[in-house]
Amino acid sequence: MTTQALNSSAVDKSMARTKVLFLVLIAIGLVAPFAIYPVFLMKVLCFALFACAFNLMLGYGGLLSFGHAAFLATGGYITGHTVMEWGVTPEVGILIGTVCSAAMGFVFGKLAIRRQGIYFAMITLALAQLVFFLYVQAPFTGGENGLQGIPRGELLGFISLEDNLPMYYFVFAIFIFGFALIHRTIHSPFGQILKAIRENEPRAISLGYDVDKYKLVAFVISAGLAGLAGSTKSLVFQLSSLTDAHWHMSGEVILMTLLGGVGTIFGPVVGAATVVTLQNYLSQGPLASWVPVILGLIFVVCVLLFRSGIVGEIQKFMKKNFS
Amino acid sequence: MKMIKKLMCSAVVSAMAAAGAAQAKGISDDEVRIGYLADMSGTYSALAGPGGLEAAKMAIEDFGGKVNGKKITIVSADDQNKPDIGANKVRQWIDVDNVDMVAGMVSSAVTIAVNKVVEAKDKISIVSGSASSAITNQYCTANSVHYVYDTYALAHGTGEAVVKEGGDSWFFLTADYAFGHAMEGDVTTVVKESGGKVVGGVRHPLSTNDFSSFILQAQASGAKIVGLANAGADTTNALKTAKEFGVVDAGQKLAGLLIFLTDVYSLGLETTQGLQLTTGFYWDRTDETRAWAKRYEERTGAKPTMVQAGVYSSVNHYLNAVKAAGTDETSAVMAQMKKTPINDFFATNGQIREDGRMIHDMYLAEVKKPSESKSDWDLYKILRTIPADKAFRPLSESKCKLVAGN
Amino acid sequence: MAELLGFPPQVLFGQLLIGLINGSFYALLSLGLAIIFGLLNIINFAHGAQYMLGAFVAWLGLNFLGVNYWVSLLLAPLVVAAIGIALEKTMLRRLYKEDHLYGLLLTFGLALIIEGSFIHFFGVSGQPYSVPQALTGGNNLGFMFLPTYRAWIIVASLIICFGTWYMIERTKLGSYLRAGTENPQLLQAFGINVPLLITLTYGYGVALAAFAGVLAAPIYSVSPVMGSNLLIVVFAVVVIGGMGSIMGAIVTGLLMGLIEGLTKVFYPEASTTVIFLVMIIVLLVRPAGLFGKEA
Repeated sequence: MTTQALNSSAVDKSMARTKVLFLVLIAIGLVAPFAIYPVFLMKVLCFALFACAFNLMLGYGGLLSFGHAAFLATGGYITGHTVMEWGVTPEVGILIGTVCSAAMGFVFGKLAIRRQGIYFAMITLALAQLVFFLYVQAPFTGGENGLQGIPRGELLGFISLEDNLPMYYFVFAIFIFGFALIHRTIHSPFGQILKAIRENEPRAISLGYDVDKYKLVAFVISAGLAGLAGSTKSLVFQLSSLTDAHWHMSGEVILMTLLGGVGTIFGPVVGAATVVTLQNYLSQGPLASWVPVILGLIFVVCVLLFRSGIVGEIQKFMKKNFS
Repeated sequence: MKMIKKLMCSAVVSAMAAAGAAQAKGISDDEVRIGYLADMSGTYSALAGPGGLEAAKMAIEDFGGKVNGKKITIVSADDQNKPDIGANKVRQWIDVDNVDMVAGMVSSAVTIAVNKVVEAKDKISIVSGSASSAITNQYCTANSVHYVYDTYALAHGTGEAVVKEGGDSWFFLTADYAFGHAMEGDVTTVVKESGGKVVGGVRHPLSTNDFSSFILQAQASGAKIVGLANAGADTTNALKTAKEFGVVDAGQKLAGLLIFLTDVYSLGLETTQGLQLTTGFYWDRTDETRAWAKRYEERTGAKPTMVQAGVYSSVNHYLNAVKAAGTDETSAVMAQMKKTPINDFFATNGQIREDGRMIHDMYLAEVKKPSESKSDWDLYKILRTIPADKAFRPLSESKCKLVAGN
Repeated sequence: MAELLGFPPQVLFGQLLIGLINGSFYALLSLGLAIIFGLLNIINFAHGAQYMLGAFVAWLGLNFLGVNYWVSLLLAPLVVAAIGIALEKTMLRRLYKEDHLYGLLLTFGLALIIEGSFIHFFGVSGQPYSVPQALTGGNNLGFMFLPTYRAWIIVASLIICFGTWYMIERTKLGSYLRAGTENPQLLQAFGINVPLLITLTYGYGVALAAFAGVLAAPIYSVSPVMGSNLLIVVFAVVVIGGMGSIMGAIVTGLLMGLIEGLTKVFYPEASTTVIFLVMIIVLLVRPAGLFGKEA
């Protein structure tokens, strides 16, 4: 009884800490565009959302998807296409893009979740390669040129997003929504069961849970949110391209998540921010051609020394010293 | 003496006038900033890449580092051949770093994306590396110049020459994306106009590492000419494979439609001899080109491709225009660049048209036999000059929105 | 029978033979991956980079030390295997107790480092490496012109592949290896030095990749990115064959070469994608792969 009470108070404390941290981040996010270039911030937010979505699968579902680029690209292409060709408003375009990604996630999930570990990674990789092929061939994606000059349009039909500042707050709101949704999912009973499956699948089965169904739902949420990130990104940069669909992008999101901390709520955000910042600042200057080498080094160092990532290591440190 | 005094006087007066004009509009934030964007480490890095950056730096140094007393600075970035990275970088250059002009640019996809950003922000881009003729056709903008070459010029230069020599049936190996399709389309038109026919073709994925089966299909087609509508590593791999399977020995001929000096250098003459190609520049053509190429080689260790020479020339032309206009304001500089003809070591009879196409003399070249080559970089012989007004798409065929009548 | 499926038979035969040649590379590379996976339980993402290293060692040797092709064929695999062994001893070793995925991620990082460094120093445009004098020329087979060097590739890789298969399935050393795959603790208890066995196995798998790299050098440009394009295809081959299955890797490699060759006749745009389609179908029908044992 006492231990339980202790535990729940510890959980409460950590929840409270997360909440405070969350509010601080929102405050920083609101003033950030006045100090930092907004387009760069928007890029960070899009990739952070993408990494968070990916982390939902790897960190909480225990499944490494090597095909998440497909969802990012689908969101981007569909949103770009609907906004350009059908003339829908940005929020409708994003909604359609997200739904399409989630639907693709359903198909991927149906095929892949029966397998685990490396097989799961390989099937998602293979499916993503098929999607890549589809986007190279399909006329509506513009092939290698990509979709260019996608208008940012007017939110709800009357708020112009052409300027960077209103666009930033729109993206920020989307990010907060996605992030909150993931947070809510993890801490719901559904999230608890997901974690139980990750820890011990046979036990979860014997407790009567339809494991595949839970994994599938998690996969669809993850795919949908990755699509949301891609949709938003296509409006920020006003283009979507094959880069987003290439398997390197699937590798990059793994790097972001790993670097920040797998299975931590803030980890992917930190990881995405670090990787995007690195790419952004190193691509200009003498170290430009070393970018892949540096990313590789980060991979190696993370795997060998900081397997719990930046946020994971900080959490460990805090636990050791402050509780 | 009097004469000199008079000249001096008029020079001072005109300098003052220029300074006055400069003060009226002036150089924004007291610096002229150039951004060099290219693939710095990927498939296309040899033809532009770090060498092109060095060429741009040479142009700035040769200009004295200053224009109208204001400093010239250069920033560079690697677009990794990705439109999103390139466009994002340029957006940031313009928004944050106040870059006035973007130079370089290789992958056509990147260029089209960047030009959209440059147009929206009303700055200038001068494209030296890209091939697609769409850049000054359906995608043309008032803010962009396409400087060195394009698929139309290559198709007409190489295609026509080959058909004239009896190569009247073609089989295409086409890179399966926009540039390859454009290249194949442009050449097909030329071949048909010249009385030849296209008997078939295959579209291969970008970055294919094995061409043997495509070469086999080309052999089976019985076409006289195998046209390579691809670039970079794809072209070099296709050439190597063709050599291996004895395509030329069996009586077929190859036509490389986009081949750079560095490709021929890396493949070696044994593989590439006899290949005909169209180029906008060759280092060993005149004393001027040799002199510049020598300086370039001292800094980079290689002879320049047409793209790298074009980057130097384009930066120089831009700076001259800024100097003459007395401002780096976009419309004034664009107007100045368009009205000034370009005649330097790179271009003869150069002129920027209203659609942004810089037209200049192009050259039909043939790769030398190993026995004819006297040094490492002695690779081409120039067969003939294609005059500027014949080399590029005539305005009457243009779909560009800036051309009168469209 | 003037035409088969709408194509003249010589075109089809030619393509199948070409497919077999490509399949030889897939077989060599997937064999190495399969051996490494079998004993180390690691997906070696650096395999493509090591294949590239093999080609580069041959190229560097020829251009700076005057080492000819035949010596390189032996030397390059040894050099690259030594590098591989060093990586295994210093890094991979620490991950055996962790999830398989960490091995994949580590080698992915290593591949980025190796390829990135070579791109920095050599660029990507590809270095020429000429076909050795003894293997130039070719024969007209009637339905196609077969360069001697391509024929040599089939012969060399089949010898190496089946030699390796024989060594693993029929010799004492091979039996240790198979035992180690099944139950390393038990093997250790019998007094076999399992860590050494693991190190050597990784070295051998890497050497196979390097051997394939040297074989490839004269026909593909020696370029830092030559491996990364090939790598995920080879992964698919290993998965289709059944992870860890030696014979599966060899046969599937050759088979996928043939399928790819056929695709290039009918729908060339899809030639790099068809293997993934096969992989998905196989995994749905036979989850353990064509030759794998159901766990």
